[in-house]
Amino acid sequence: MSNATKKTATEARAELKTVKQTPGASKPDAILVVDNVVRDFGGNRAVDVDHLEVQRGVITALIGPNGAGKTTFFNLITGFDQPSSAKKMFGGPSADKAAKWSFNGKLLGNTAAASVAKSGMVRTFQLTKALSRLTVMQNMLLGAKDQRGESFLAAFVKPLWAAQEKANIAKAEDLLKRFKLYEKKEDLAGSLSGGQKKLLEMARALMSDPVMIMLDEPMAGVNPALTQSLLGHIQSLRDEGTTVLFVEHDMHMVRHISDWVVVMAEGRVVAEGPADTVMSDQAVIDAYLGAHHDTDLGDDALLEEGAMDAPKKEKK
Amino acid sequence: MDMWIKVLYDMSANMILPTTAAFAIAAIGLNVHFGFTGLLNMGQAGFMLIGAYGFSVATIAGLPFWAATLVTIAAGTIFALLLGIPTLKLRGDYLAIVTIAAAEIVRMIGRASVLNSVTGGSNGLPGETYRNTFSALSPFPDGKTAILWFDFDNTGVNGWFIRIVAWSLVVIFAVLVWLLMRSPWGRVIKGIREDEDAVRSLGKNVFAFKMQALIIGGVLGAIGGMFYVLPTSVQPDALGRNMTFLIWTAMLLGGAATIWGPVLGSALFFALRIFIQGTVDILIPDAILNTQQTEQFSWIMVGVALMLLVIFRPQGILGDKKELNFNV
Repeated sequence: MSNATKKTATEARAELKTVKQTPGASKPDAILVVDNVVRDFGGNRAVDVDHLEVQRGVITALIGPNGAGKTTFFNLITGFDQPSSAKKMFGGPSADKAAKWSFNGKLLGNTAAASVAKSGMVRTFQLTKALSRLTVMQNMLLGAKDQRGESFLAAFVKPLWAAQEKANIAKAEDLLKRFKLYEKKEDLAGSLSGGQKKLLEMARALMSDPVMIMLDEPMAGVNPALTQSLLGHIQSLRDEGTTVLFVEHDMHMVRHISDWVVVMAEGRVVAEGPADTVMSDQAVIDAYLGAHHDTDLGDDALLEEGAMDAPKKEKK
Repeated sequence: MDMWIKVLYDMSANMILPTTAAFAIAAIGLNVHFGFTGLLNMGQAGFMLIGAYGFSVATIAGLPFWAATLVTIAAGTIFALLLGIPTLKLRGDYLAIVTIAAAEIVRMIGRASVLNSVTGGSNGLPGETYRNTFSALSPFPDGKTAILWFDFDNTGVNGWFIRIVAWSLVVIFAVLVWLLMRSPWGRVIKGIREDEDAVRSLGKNVFAFKMQALIIGGVLGAIGGMFYVLPTSVQPDALGRNMTFLIWTAMLLGGAATIWGPVLGSALFFALRIFIQGTVDILIPDAILNTQQTEQFSWIMVGVALMLLVIFRPQGILGDKKELNFNV
């Protein structure tokens, strides 16, 4: 791990107990700090995050209704998309309003996706991106970092990279065994089932020993039996010191494994906190069910002007 | 019976022509682009023409053979850089549009009358003006040699020397491509063909890898162009869009993303065309199709063959059927 003062996952989780449960709360040991990230698609503001910190060494879930901007936010911080609030050479926002985010103490604004991954923040995709016409093993080996054989001239001379390749293969075999894909290693990745592709993608991301792994809906399309073992994998990742940030719709899973939950709605962070308390937060209920979810629509009184605003005030 | 033997002789002679070898080299380059990296290069003939001009103009200007070869390689590299810098960050289709346009630009500039003194305009450059530095390298004595049923000059315009050099290069380049593609570098390249974003998310600089692949394929195209014009002459119109599509046909026939596919495809391509032409010439009386028309007919059949190929056997002769089950 790059972090010199290595903590155990239990310590990291214990630290979270002291954190205030307000959107944008500061964490005792933040690995990812995001400021002023805004992304506009035409007139539609998809993401508008003022401040967010992610604690090192724990599992953080990013939840929110469809269209809340979770995946766009993922794309922005991993370099697959640029924020509209990015610093520009001419014009653009002033320095204190410009998008700025740092990972592991390193500023990451305007960084290409490949460099973000190299710095240790590796992501997976909502729609799996298994490389179909490569074998499962080749998929895995692609994940390994700093390969000598990937430089053009060294590629011609096998002795220069054979030893490293061998070590990578051994590591890949271990990971494949853990993810129950070992028997499939010589099959083309395109022949795997949807759930197996999810597993492969996660295993492939782990080949680079990421400091933080970002999973975009890891459970979508995975059968329940497999979900159990996936959850186990994610928890063991945390216990080995990897920070996990994941987007998920399945509340059951979120409740089960996450140490901290960040809720997004309409592009903003509306709440954060431990799973059990955040679910009962008024802002979260509003975001998921609508502010008027317990209003009786058959009530004639609602037909009057302004009546819809009333229940909201009552609750406050 | 004699006519059939002549067809067979023509087929085999066409397979080992130096221009067939040159064609195979360009096809290997295109295979690096399309087959392995997934770059849609629709202007491989442009790379060939650039290489052909690079070599011939440099030689006519007085450079020795090796220096002119370096000029060829440099020309291919620069052309690839020029095409790649603006387009490789965009989606693949844009590269196709830009390459086909760039190849046409090279051809148009080559045949512009303003450049008559350099490129010979639309008349091109006759082979004897730049061929001698290459012929002078031949270690063979004067005279003719017969091997099997072939009887060619040792060194001449269309002799054994250029055949041996060109086909040796085909083998060398195929082996080099094989070395590249079994390495981690080749793995990244093939990953890019499947899904750029996935490879990017694993920390690889996709742009740099694509650029390297574009340059390698482009340089192979340029060298192919150089060997294409050595036994003939530089004719900008001979290396136009047609040429690009013929190379595509040969590559797809042999099998894209295989090492020997483009080579086998090139040799078969020329043999098959001669076979169609010869057979039609023998079987169909002149009153219906005369000899000139049979040649045109054979080219039409090439087009039909390309269509049948991509519909019924897109993986080509050497390709792996398994890979097609989940084609993108």
